[in-house]
Amino acid sequence: MPRIKLPYIPPSEITAETVWHSRRQWLRRAGAGIAAVGAGGMTGAGILGSRDAPAAQAKGMLHSTPNPRYWLEDKPTSEQDVSAYNNFYEFGTGKGDPARYAGRMRSKPWTVDIEGEVEKPRTLDLDDLLGLSAMEERIYRLRCVEAWSMVIPWSGYPLSVLLSQVRPTSKAKYVQFVTAVQPDAMPGLKDRIVDWPYVEGLRMDEAMHPLTMLVFGVYGKQLPNQNGAPVRVAVPWKYGFKSGKSIAKIRLLENMPETSWHSIAPQEYGFYANVNPTVPHPRWSQATERRIGGSVFAPRAKTLMFNGYGEQVADMYAGMDLRRYY
Amino acid sequence: MMSAAPGPNARRRNWTARDMARIKPLVFLLGLYPLLRWVWLGFTGGLGANPPEFLIRSSGIWALVALVLTLSITPVRRLIGQPILLRLRRMLGLFAFFYTFLHVLAWAFWERDGSLAFMWEDVLQRDFVTVGTLAFLPMAALAITSTQGWMRRLGRSWQTLHRSVYIIACLSVWHFWLVRSGKNDFAEPYLYGAILAILLLARLWHKGRLSPARIFPPDVTR
Repeated sequence: MPRIKLPYIPPSEITAETVWHSRRQWLRRAGAGIAAVGAGGMTGAGILGSRDAPAAQAKGMLHSTPNPRYWLEDKPTSEQDVSAYNNFYEFGTGKGDPARYAGRMRSKPWTVDIEGEVEKPRTLDLDDLLGLSAMEERIYRLRCVEAWSMVIPWSGYPLSVLLSQVRPTSKAKYVQFVTAVQPDAMPGLKDRIVDWPYVEGLRMDEAMHPLTMLVFGVYGKQLPNQNGAPVRVAVPWKYGFKSGKSIAKIRLLENMPETSWHSIAPQEYGFYANVNPTVPHPRWSQATERRIGGSVFAPRAKTLMFNGYGEQVADMYAGMDLRRYY
Repeated sequence: MMSAAPGPNARRRNWTARDMARIKPLVFLLGLYPLLRWVWLGFTGGLGANPPEFLIRSSGIWALVALVLTLSITPVRRLIGQPILLRLRRMLGLFAFFYTFLHVLAWAFWERDGSLAFMWEDVLQRDFVTVGTLAFLPMAALAITSTQGWMRRLGRSWQTLHRSVYIIACLSVWHFWLVRSGKNDFAEPYLYGAILAILLLARLWHKGRLSPARIFPPDVTR
């Protein structure tokens, strides 16, 4: 049963006017980390009572306003676990590899190219992106395809804000996210597991959905590199691998784009990858999940259809055979 | 500094039962190392964010390590000419079974909620679980029949039965390979597969089937 409720807003009703508020003052740049301790009580991190992130990855604060419409009662996963247990194959296949090696990635300066089926192809730097909209904080469930899950307070704004900016043409049916490639800083690129760069994608209506978030921070701070600094997406009703990290390019396309895990193992990972307890992965069941941070003896939790966001997203898949389009 | 190394006039001697009695407790303690490490990591928060996943994987790897060590006894005792090393083999084999059993137990409770129906479903539906089960069941039979009593009772067929360890080892590496197949991450399964291949080939070599004389027969016409 969904634990959050909000009225479903069709993408067509999302107006572009809200896009134009430049709110750079919300952001305090890196170096304000010392002030973070004092300001902690005013931020989501303070509310949630986070533990300290690994010192090597300490980043500046990212001011964001909690959005009560996207809040969960679930206990958030500790900041330590969120930033120490990651899949980010550019840094290696081990869950600890990203935290170990991602510090070498250069997340500044950073630009995101927006190209393809848009009226205004643009290259935005991080300040442009941060200034597009007010930062809000939302607590989302994250369900990994490997049958573990977390509850994470992200900071950012809806991806639709950015996409409306660049005015997709009528041909734009899909959005592709391309993760950065930095060979000298990403030891995992030596493994040819993925045909780098890592690419992911969404259908246009999925990308414009108000739940789909462009994320710049977690736990009230700028994203640690291993979580996809400086900018990533969060698509909470899909398995985690759909949420591309450290995005360097966003392409709007007419045809369904290739996505990395789908091309590695098409029988195991589909394009849609909606969280679905009734469609098992060939090598394990998706009916239950292990909530990270729980007791070693805690039973597994039941996985919810669309990760519990069915009320908001199920309409987009009406009439689709979700066993076929897994 | 006193040196324990043998002097130049020391001659190699065969290790005696007394030597083995001294080595065995050490090997036993080494065999407990993975278990003690988990306990240590458990109390110091070192099992990471997902302890069940860590323990399932770690127990599987250590089971494979112990199995490979068990299979290395025969070639090593021939290589270094110390037949009495054989006396370590049962203990190592039982350690291999011990860690395999923990691996199965961890899977049963953390992945399948301890439900026999869920476990059976997994065995039927997923090839890596099927192959793992096919390795585990005969291994349990070998562990049970590892005692002196069973050796006596089974007589000559004991050796035949226990030769199934070669099949068990191949199934174990195959299981590991299947586990990793989804991520195209085969380095470790290949490593264990290569070690296993060397250990099995060493036996064939010993039997003369692969002796150089067979492969490269002397040219009789010359």
